[in-house]
Amino acid sequence: MRHLSTVAWLLFLVSVPLWLRSPYFLHVLIITGIFTIAAMSLNLLLGYTGQLSLGHVAFFGIGAYTSALMSLGFDVSVTESWKLVVAPKPVAISLAVAIVVSAFFGWLIGRLSFKVRGAYFVIVSVSFAEVVRLVALNWVALTQGPMALNNIPPVTLWLPVLGVYRFLAKTSNYYLMLAVAVISYVVIARLVRSRAGRAMIALRENEALATSVGVDVTRYLVLATVVSAAIAGTAGALYAHYVRIVDPDIFLFIYTVTMVIMVVTGGKGTLAGPIVGGLIFGIVPEVLRVVAGPEVQWIIYGALMILIVYFLPKGIVPALGNAWQGWRDARRASIDALASAPAARDGGA
Amino acid sequence: MILGGTYALLGIGLTLIFGIMRVVNFTHGELYAFGAYMMFMWVMRLHVNFFVALPLAVGLGVALGALIEIVLLRRLQGADIDTTMLVMIGAWIAMQNAEQLAWSGVAQSIKMPFPSQPLVLGPVSIGWERLFVFVVALALIGLTYYLIDRTRLGKAMRATFQDRETSMLMGIDVKRINTATFALGSGLAAAAGALLGPVFVVQPDMGDLASLKAFAIVILGGLGNITGATIGGFILAFMEEAGAGYISSGFRDGMGFLLIIVILIFKPTGLFARKERIG
Repeated sequence: MRHLSTVAWLLFLVSVPLWLRSPYFLHVLIITGIFTIAAMSLNLLLGYTGQLSLGHVAFFGIGAYTSALMSLGFDVSVTESWKLVVAPKPVAISLAVAIVVSAFFGWLIGRLSFKVRGAYFVIVSVSFAEVVRLVALNWVALTQGPMALNNIPPVTLWLPVLGVYRFLAKTSNYYLMLAVAVISYVVIARLVRSRAGRAMIALRENEALATSVGVDVTRYLVLATVVSAAIAGTAGALYAHYVRIVDPDIFLFIYTVTMVIMVVTGGKGTLAGPIVGGLIFGIVPEVLRVVAGPEVQWIIYGALMILIVYFLPKGIVPALGNAWQGWRDARRASIDALASAPAARDGGA
Repeated sequence: MILGGTYALLGIGLTLIFGIMRVVNFTHGELYAFGAYMMFMWVMRLHVNFFVALPLAVGLGVALGALIEIVLLRRLQGADIDTTMLVMIGAWIAMQNAEQLAWSGVAQSIKMPFPSQPLVLGPVSIGWERLFVFVVALALIGLTYYLIDRTRLGKAMRATFQDRETSMLMGIDVKRINTATFALGSGLAAAAGALLGPVFVVQPDMGDLASLKAFAIVILGGLGNITGATIGGFILAFMEEAGAGYISSGFRDGMGFLLIIVILIFKPTGLFARKERIG
């Protein structure tokens, strides 16, 4: 039953480009998918370890910039005489480097910032993203600053049957995004259900208790950050090679907020939550765009966020789960009542 | 360095709110922007005298702060810190875009009634408007200290800060203290905005950097520590000038974040520590 519905969902997602004829909506879906992947990675930190990371967009942007720079080639003057020159690399290698570099930053930030918790951690993560943004904006020699990196090549991979394939068309990018999303989902699901995942949940629920039974809290937090950063970096790299231009605005705080809203709306700490939230907040703005300007749209975003925290504090997925459970219990209770009613009457007579 | 006073105002507001209410106030920067926009509205649109507009802007900031507390935060009493943070982020986004909707995204400037000739004292020359900003900021800091150290309300606030439950038992109306704290903190942020807005320009996203700088100041001084926030404000202002002068003016605004990161690595309790943080 479980597997059946999973397969049905996958088939549905795979079939989308076959019946969705509008390239614009396909584009919206691809961008939504990329941000949903990022939201899934954020969920690992926010939902499973309970750490509100508000600098998540930094990993996304680092992935985007790294992959773009590797595929375009760059040179950096390390000292006056010595210059590091990197020739353009194939995109497959750039992607791999982007994942490694994001993971490295995840490790670094994890090591540094998990000395503190709660409000302090939140502020550190915000600061981190802001520093990275300023670096991207001001290190013009490397990143072109506000002039942005242009002409980023599309993803080119060797595929079985197809040979070397350039992901230029929207449909092919959709499948690429879907493949990455599925892989990320499986990685996160396996991690969460493993020993490490149980350790993370334990420390989310009660850090002191988790420590006292021997869970190496910092180690698991860093592990979660590394995996999360690597996935966010992958999403960023995909984004770079899909839209094919990257500028420092990619680090804007508003993208982190979008990811947080996706996770919180869908249900943090559930595997399906970020996907549901991602779809809603990927598609709703496009629908709203017809009726409202960008400012009004954001005001609605903000208001929605507040309302969701008030009325669905656990998010949509757990709320639906509870409703479903409640309905089943009610049904079972009524069946039991029906079944036991004649017996009671017999007993009475 | 002159900015130090206004930075301190921002920091004190934020640290008060965190210390007493345990709320990480992401709308702080928006109240700063609100103060600046109120000045813009009164002075440039309605042609009110600059010195009349200033207290008006601060007063409206206090009112808006009280409103936010009553509407959004009161019902979240006892909720965990992440929940309130999410609500405040939502409010922040809504407020910032409301500003953009109301006053457009274009940067605006406010005229100040000061002579353009700077005041020259020996080797130092200083703009009149900056001097004014500095003096008013110092006066407001002094006033805040007086309010907290010498008045009944301040006493109740300090008691709530030390121990919430006990102060409730002692008959302090903690709800009212919360509203007062948030209003006071918001007023200080609005004052900072009303003072700095005319010196620089007024634009809707001015609040973002203000928020982040306020966080930097507060981390520097330790969350909930007023004196720490005051000194932190001056340190940050100094570091920004030094950073802009010796590294690159592009990194001026980055100094605060570097500062946060460095401080949290080496001295996670802040410079003026009271033991509290976990880690």
